[in-house]
Amino acid sequence: MSNPLSNLAASLNPGTPVPVERAILREIDESTKAPALFFLVSGILWLLVGTVFALIASIKLHYPSFLGESEWLTFGNIRTAHLQSVIFGWSTNAAFAVALWLMARLSRMRLRHPGIVLAAACLWNLGVTIGVAGILRGDSTSIEWLEIPTYATPILFVAYALIGVWAIITFRFRQSQHIYVSQWYLIAALFWFPWLYSAAQIMLLFEPARGTVQSLVNWWFAHNVLGLWFTPIGVAAAYYFIPKVLGRPIHSYYLSVLGFWSLALFYNWAGVHHLIGGPVPAWVISAGIVASLMMVIPIVVTGINHHATMRGNWSALKYSPTLRFIVFGALNYSASSLIGSTMAVRSVNEVTHFTHFTVAHAHHGMYAFFTMVMFGSIYFMLPRILHREWPSASLISVHFWACAIGITIYVVGMSIGGVIQGLQMNDAENYPVFLDIVKSMNPWLHTRSVAGAIITVGHIAFAVNFGWMLFKRSPDAAGAPTLFHAPPAMDARSSAS
Amino acid sequence: MNKGPLIFLGAFLTILFSWTGIVLVNHLQWGRMQPYYDDVEGKAFPSPMSGIAKQGKQVYQELGCIYCHTQQVRRPGFGGDTARGWGDRQSVPRDYLQQDRVLLGTMRTGPDLMTVGARPLTADWHLKHLLDAQITSPGSTMPPFPFLFETRKIQGEPSANAIQGLSGEHAPAPGFEIVPTARAEALVAYLLSLKHEYEYPEARPVGGAQ
Repeated sequence: MSNPLSNLAASLNPGTPVPVERAILREIDESTKAPALFFLVSGILWLLVGTVFALIASIKLHYPSFLGESEWLTFGNIRTAHLQSVIFGWSTNAAFAVALWLMARLSRMRLRHPGIVLAAACLWNLGVTIGVAGILRGDSTSIEWLEIPTYATPILFVAYALIGVWAIITFRFRQSQHIYVSQWYLIAALFWFPWLYSAAQIMLLFEPARGTVQSLVNWWFAHNVLGLWFTPIGVAAAYYFIPKVLGRPIHSYYLSVLGFWSLALFYNWAGVHHLIGGPVPAWVISAGIVASLMMVIPIVVTGINHHATMRGNWSALKYSPTLRFIVFGALNYSASSLIGSTMAVRSVNEVTHFTHFTVAHAHHGMYAFFTMVMFGSIYFMLPRILHREWPSASLISVHFWACAIGITIYVVGMSIGGVIQGLQMNDAENYPVFLDIVKSMNPWLHTRSVAGAIITVGHIAFAVNFGWMLFKRSPDAAGAPTLFHAPPAMDARSSAS
Repeated sequence: MNKGPLIFLGAFLTILFSWTGIVLVNHLQWGRMQPYYDDVEGKAFPSPMSGIAKQGKQVYQELGCIYCHTQQVRRPGFGGDTARGWGDRQSVPRDYLQQDRVLLGTMRTGPDLMTVGARPLTADWHLKHLLDAQITSPGSTMPPFPFLFETRKIQGEPSANAIQGLSGEHAPAPGFEIVPTARAEALVAYLLSLKHEYEYPEARPVGGAQ
């Protein structure tokens, strides 16, 4: 093995030919292999488990006696088990894999002592497993987004702390001279989550605050998990992969800076809009509404920046799976965030609050944006970690279309249903009988189960392709990436590396 | 932005800002709010929860009732909460002072339960509704909770608390009876305890009753 230092020095020399650069990246990717693979395998297992939970929960909402005999599987438990499996099982595992891999690559530094990260990864998944099993047993805390019982949360905290510290250490020893925009988001997110999690755990579970101060802590945490943990990771990935796949720089450095700081400032305050009309002081709610509306700045700025980078290259979406997933996610980041800002306006919130519209919105953000970006990232990362290509382009295609169509039906259907539900609930004169409103939700809830089934097909295609790739014997002879279609000769370069 | 410490400092200050504003300030400002002592009635409101209601609240949490039922009434004129008969005033922070864990909820697949105990619904109705909502509310999407009940053979006299008047598919086999478990009884006691009828001075901030 050649001396990594001389390699690194060479990589920073503009005159160094490209192969040296590739060799270093290969070595860095290699150092992340064990933990990244562990995160991805467990993440995908959680995705499948979470999908099964989701289907059961969805069917129960229009067919309540389905599996009705079992207390473990009662709606309140299975729905919550779904939530925790997909946010801490699937999404966070995927986020760890992407964050560590990106951080190592962008810092031009090998991941040090990957064994410790691997141990932390085991610990994390142990914590999630105990937590989800606890929820099914009925030990849920009944605090939204924090349902994992207190006997599992310290495990999660320790595991997270180790992983976060390791990413920061990698950053600290960086050999790159420049800090790329993705790294800003990664550093901030890795710092924000432990603060949010520990503060919420202490003020809600270990030393609970009094009365509805709890509700403020709850929604400060729950919305910021989206805004300050998943969103920055998703945006960091989009900022890396769009220019990477296209082989051109991001449109504007200054827009990146503005987008980052406005997100950091405003997202932090937005969560209180979940309590509009609730028993907390009006000024906090107003502040939350203002912050939610100010979120338009980072959303528009980031949207313009990504869009302008894509400009003139839309045809690349025909070929690159990574790009197609990530662009789908980035567009939905803009869409779901703008809808979110609108939902914070009091007159809109009066209708959409307490309805399926919120459920649609949560899936719009967590799935159509975040999860799709993670899928795209995995399609890029895995061949570089395993040194082989995805076995089947058709399966990738099935994965994309099933998930894209499924989540679109989901979000549109539940949004329409939610508005109908909200309008009817607010109109006590024409809809005095609550049961009539419940019944009028039936077609929309059926739509959701259909959408969920379509998404499940996509997940199975993804898992099969992933497993196939993992256990494939011989690497492909040629290093050609797996694309949807064979591109014209010149375009192939952009999808490599 | 090529300085690591700058990014750290920015991330630190922004979250410190929101944590202070949303969590800390409110905690210090009204986190030690006390029940309201009414001189005329000679006692403080909200009253402490009874032991069995507390156990029932635990069951409510175990079953995840919060995911379909809120416990908060919005002010008259904002949404249809009061018009729907879910209470005649808005909920205020003081309403929640006796609760170790506040269960506001954010979803109304089912109706709000802030004042369910004040509605004309008997314990018998609640038990049947829990056994299977189709008995009392055909077409409801509430899950059945058969595991909160015990079907057992009648030995000698029927049990006093056996559910009466079940017919069709819900009726027990001849010689059997369906009896609520302690958890079902506690849950119903909790639901019946949810009233929040006391008029706190702050509960009608604008123009009195509407």
